[in-house]
Amino acid sequence: MSSSAVNPVSGSDAFTADGRHKIGGVILSVQNISLSFGGVRALTNISFDVREHEVLAIIGPNGAGKSSMLNVINGFYHPQEGKVFHKGQERKRMRPYMAARAGIARTFQNIALFKGMSALDNIMTGRNTLMKSGLLAQAFYLGRARKEETAHREFCEKIIDFLEIEAVRKTPVGRLPYGLQKRVELGRALAAQPEILLLDEPMAGMNLEEKEDMCRFILDVNKEFGTTIVLIEHDMGVVMDISDRVVVLDYGRKLADGTPDEVRANQDVIDAYLGGGH
Amino acid sequence: MLYREAGQFKTSYAADQQIFPILQDRIGIGLIAVLALGVLPLFATEYMTTTILIPFLVMSIAAIGLNILTGYAGQLSLGTGGFMATGAFAAYKLSTMFPDLNIVFVFLGSGVITAFVGVMFGIPSLRIKGFYLAVATLAAQFFLLWLFNKVPWFTNYSSSGVISAPPRAIFGDIMVTGSSAHYTAKYLFLLVFVGLLALAAKNLTRCHLGRAWMAIRDMDIAAEIIGIKPLQTKLSAFAISSFYCGIAGAAWGFIYTGSVEPLAFSIEISFKVLFMVIIGGLGSILGSFFGAAFMVLLPVILTNAPHLLGLNIPVDMISHLEYMIFGALIIFFLIVEPHGLARLWQIGKEKLRLWPFPY
Repeated sequence: MSSSAVNPVSGSDAFTADGRHKIGGVILSVQNISLSFGGVRALTNISFDVREHEVLAIIGPNGAGKSSMLNVINGFYHPQEGKVFHKGQERKRMRPYMAARAGIARTFQNIALFKGMSALDNIMTGRNTLMKSGLLAQAFYLGRARKEETAHREFCEKIIDFLEIEAVRKTPVGRLPYGLQKRVELGRALAAQPEILLLDEPMAGMNLEEKEDMCRFILDVNKEFGTTIVLIEHDMGVVMDISDRVVVLDYGRKLADGTPDEVRANQDVIDAYLGGGH
Repeated sequence: MLYREAGQFKTSYAADQQIFPILQDRIGIGLIAVLALGVLPLFATEYMTTTILIPFLVMSIAAIGLNILTGYAGQLSLGTGGFMATGAFAAYKLSTMFPDLNIVFVFLGSGVITAFVGVMFGIPSLRIKGFYLAVATLAAQFFLLWLFNKVPWFTNYSSSGVISAPPRAIFGDIMVTGSSAHYTAKYLFLLVFVGLLALAAKNLTRCHLGRAWMAIRDMDIAAEIIGIKPLQTKLSAFAISSFYCGIAGAAWGFIYTGSVEPLAFSIEISFKVLFMVIIGGLGSILGSFFGAAFMVLLPVILTNAPHLLGLNIPVDMISHLEYMIFGALIIFFLIVEPHGLARLWQIGKEKLRLWPFPY
């Protein structure tokens, strides 16, 4: 899949030497977010920035508030305090579908595919927001509906090609093995051509080879389309290898924020992961 | 051996996206069309047409309608009878208020009116799901029947509360409704309607609207997160479903029975259509036809079977046996194949692809 077809970028100064999109300005900024459910404080006063075209990892022990953070970003949870700025504009209270339409896609920790539909239909559904043909055109598969279906099918086939799931495109996803389901879910998120992709533990429960494949897909997505990626991951090796920046959460608070090397050297992080007095 | 897609290569996405991508399926559907349009009208007797073919077609429209709502969009509904009654009374009001209106537009108009009614009763679906929604749609069933019973305007102030289909013709002089209409004309008119409606339903379910319905059905939270608006999608399913149910009701009143009272569309009809959808196969247009055939044909077969077998069983005994066998068969089918007859058909086709070399 060539990058020019999907994400035309003029001028070579937009790219780094290894062909990646250069990390740009802040695209999404969360400021002083606090979220609680009844008496449980899930997030306390969290702020960080997400820059355009970067790969940002959010790490932390179980229950640190990582998934809640993603849910705040895509409008699924509404924080009691704090603000979210998307492309410099403060975001109002919103429904999740509005986030999707504004270019924020995500995958889930527990796979959330449409089990009764084929892999292809799942990915096509990811492009639903881009389809505009009317009721009658669809009912009789006329002109616009037919053209639209075929054109979007072509795009989805590129994603299928990219994720190497050609062989299972017509299989109902309920029948697919776990690793392939994860890929289909990534494909569904990619289908909407998002600017920001939120991945919640994309490599959970995978073996080494599957993890390597998934890392390759994530890096390729970032490189070819310049998609900004925010991911949650527990495997430190993966996090340190693929991310540009790391945000560390613990008990709903931010411990550290910086490049993998800075985070690795941070005393608070060492204490949280290995226990105090180490 | 015969049913194979081997050697049928698709070279474009358009070719791969046909409704019947396999040649044998296209031949099959062509044969069915010829049989239904050309052969059956020549040989079917009046009894066969009016007790089997016409009710089968009417109920398949209703089953497609409910299948769109329950099978594709995952919203359980027990209001089918109420929506069918709405269609029948809307058709009656339309055809008596505008006597010059073509019967085709009367049917379509009654569908549109029912769609609006369906949307109104679909609004609770944003908040409640599953069995609770089914109970909420019961309100539609009971309220609508009560309304048509109590407000004489709907029956044009008829003292009996029964509406009779006025005689209407298509193409100038071919009567399709009313007592003077020939049964073959009624059958063919209905058949064309059913064919077009089924085609439209199939197309809707394979385009983006259908995918949005299925996404809401399979996982509504994930659907919303990829940008599908839940309220609009659910209401569109209610609208399209009620459109079909409305036309089914109009066809019931105008073509099948000729005259109808609100009680004909009781809760029993709602359950019957729901059984058709479950037995035929949730989420399958073809399954709607299988389910309708099962529910319409089986009682006829069970009633006539003792005579054909030479058994002398009293009539009341037959009707009791009919209920028992019918219930047992429904349970049997649901245990053997919970996904319905459409799934059995699909398994059969997959077996046929490998036959006679199962490995």
